[in-house]
Amino acid sequence: MAQTLFEKIWNRHVVKTIDGGPSVLYIDRHFIHEVTSPQAFTGLNKRGIKVFRPAQIVATADHNVPTLNQHLPIKEELSRLQVDALIKNCAEHGVELYGLGHPYQGIVHVIGPELGVTQPGMTIVCGDSHTSTHGAFGAIAFGIGTSEVEMVMATQCLLQSKPKLMRINIEGQLKPGVVSKDIVLHIIAQISASGATGFAVEYAGSAIRALSMEARMTICNMSIEMGARCGLIAPDETTFSYLKGKEFAPAGEAWDKALTDWKTLFSDKDAAFDEEIFIKAADIEPMITYGTNPGMGISVNGAVPALNEIPVSEQKGFEKSLAYMGLEAGEHIKGKKVDYVFIGSCTNSRIEDLRQVAAIVKGKQKAADVEVWIVPGSKQVEAQARAEGLDKIFETAGFQLRQPGCSACLGMNEDKIPAGKYCISTSNRNFEGRQGQGARTFLASPLTAAAAAITGVVTDVHDWIHSNEEVNA
Amino acid sequence: MSKAIKHISSTVVPLQLENVDTDQIIPARFLKATNRDGFGKNLFRDWRYENDSDDQPRKDFVLNNPTYKGSILVAGRNFGCGSSREHAAWALKDAGFDVVVSSFFADIFKNNSLNNFLLPVTVSPDFLAQIFSAVEADATSVIEVDLPAQTITIKATGVTESFEINSYKKTCLLNGYDDIDYLLSMKSEIETFENSVTR
Repeated sequence: MAQTLFEKIWNRHVVKTIDGGPSVLYIDRHFIHEVTSPQAFTGLNKRGIKVFRPAQIVATADHNVPTLNQHLPIKEELSRLQVDALIKNCAEHGVELYGLGHPYQGIVHVIGPELGVTQPGMTIVCGDSHTSTHGAFGAIAFGIGTSEVEMVMATQCLLQSKPKLMRINIEGQLKPGVVSKDIVLHIIAQISASGATGFAVEYAGSAIRALSMEARMTICNMSIEMGARCGLIAPDETTFSYLKGKEFAPAGEAWDKALTDWKTLFSDKDAAFDEEIFIKAADIEPMITYGTNPGMGISVNGAVPALNEIPVSEQKGFEKSLAYMGLEAGEHIKGKKVDYVFIGSCTNSRIEDLRQVAAIVKGKQKAADVEVWIVPGSKQVEAQARAEGLDKIFETAGFQLRQPGCSACLGMNEDKIPAGKYCISTSNRNFEGRQGQGARTFLASPLTAAAAAITGVVTDVHDWIHSNEEVNA
Repeated sequence: MSKAIKHISSTVVPLQLENVDTDQIIPARFLKATNRDGFGKNLFRDWRYENDSDDQPRKDFVLNNPTYKGSILVAGRNFGCGSSREHAAWALKDAGFDVVVSSFFADIFKNNSLNNFLLPVTVSPDFLAQIFSAVEADATSVIEVDLPAQTITIKATGVTESFEINSYKKTCLLNGYDDIDYLLSMKSEIETFENSVTR
């Protein structure tokens, strides 16, 4: 029988299905970090048991770590206690930790792929909703709560109900200046922040096939922002060449064996999906969000909807959202003043993101009253950026190149956007208070964020590239 | 103290907003504890208080309105979206809630709630609207949740709706069982599974 990519992976991980209930799903890889793991370790200790398969866990410190002076002790006491607890717990349970100071440290969803820990056909979990990122490799990867972290630590299994299946097909060529972040913001704006709840989403079509691994990760990363349990893309030559030679990728004979298997991981021609969506790549514009959930996105050239365009049941939330953002219904966002630019997070902090930013800002300087933070996703990304001289470009532009961590995506460390200030951010969530109490977030691509850093206002990157080409000609 | 849930009959706290995300339920800066206790005082922190000191409650927020109390929170669709933080479920439970009613829940939040004996009850949009009207008309309106029968009833009007829950989870909630105990009991089957696949 024809099977979807999701079903092929799911079926080979089911240990058992409970009558009238969920399946016991075997988990291949488990990523942990300092914020959602301490209570799980405590749970194990209370039961007097050890981690069942420590070799299948990789730990890092990312959520609350400072992005300046990482060689010094963490100043913020509670953050330090959490990071210390992670060090202690990993040591006691024999779990590999890429903590502060380690050359592999970084945001959990950046380091997994770049180390080759993430591989096609796997089931992957982490106590973080953006675990969907790893689905870009053709894996079932999803975020879990701390009780579930404890279950996986204790048994390498989870109880999971099989989600419904959705395929989102994007065909054709993207316009210049439109990148994968715009694709995913476009999808969420179309189907809403809950449009894929209860579904596993497979992204397909020629526009997806044409994307690099890093660009695919950006899309899968934000699957959770449409409510999806996970997002995945069938592995192909792009996937295989990305993985080949990575630290923990199979090598030699094991590589050949793995490759033979990975090549079977795609949705069969007649496989059935519960829902299917078709989008033309050419219809996607550079996107920006105006509201307080990622579904509230528009073209950079577009206007905030009028109240009467919003369903009645959502109007109260819409008005609350605009009041928080200091925006009016019907208003255009292009030209709006920006106070902060944040380039980072598990969505857009990889080397290609930094290269895109550097290409836009090379030889230019930031607008005088804008603060720009570039927070690389990992120590490896940071080292690569320096090796390529991107640090010099950023320095000349007046940007701060910081050290790896989740940083201002969620403001658990010192990197907070002050109340009332506008931040154009390459992260994934524009929720109230997400980047700091009262902070106002515009989500956008690295290109759009970089252009705003230079102009000091929300800018259509397409116009901007065009006008700069004329100047340079 | 038994964790089990069977029948809950209570007045409700109405939170008539859609897309309430877990960053609102418990902001990230309060996730720095290493235990599961005490998150209730920071539940909906930024909607409840003007700032991080407790002396300026926002009068316009429903949790600060003494008219509304009870162990059932009723909220608009897509409740619990966003971050996977289980702290959201811990905070609601710690603040005294046993049930959350909405027309639609985000997946991870739903799982986290069930793992903490906080019952998420999904009702039709129409039934949700009826609860909000009933509570608006009379804040002392009682809602009754009967888990064995899988029904939710607005006592004043007698209108009842049934809700879904898988039979495995229902058994867990009724008896105070948790998933970890179940999975630990399967250890040998899991090992057999591991040996059956080459990886």
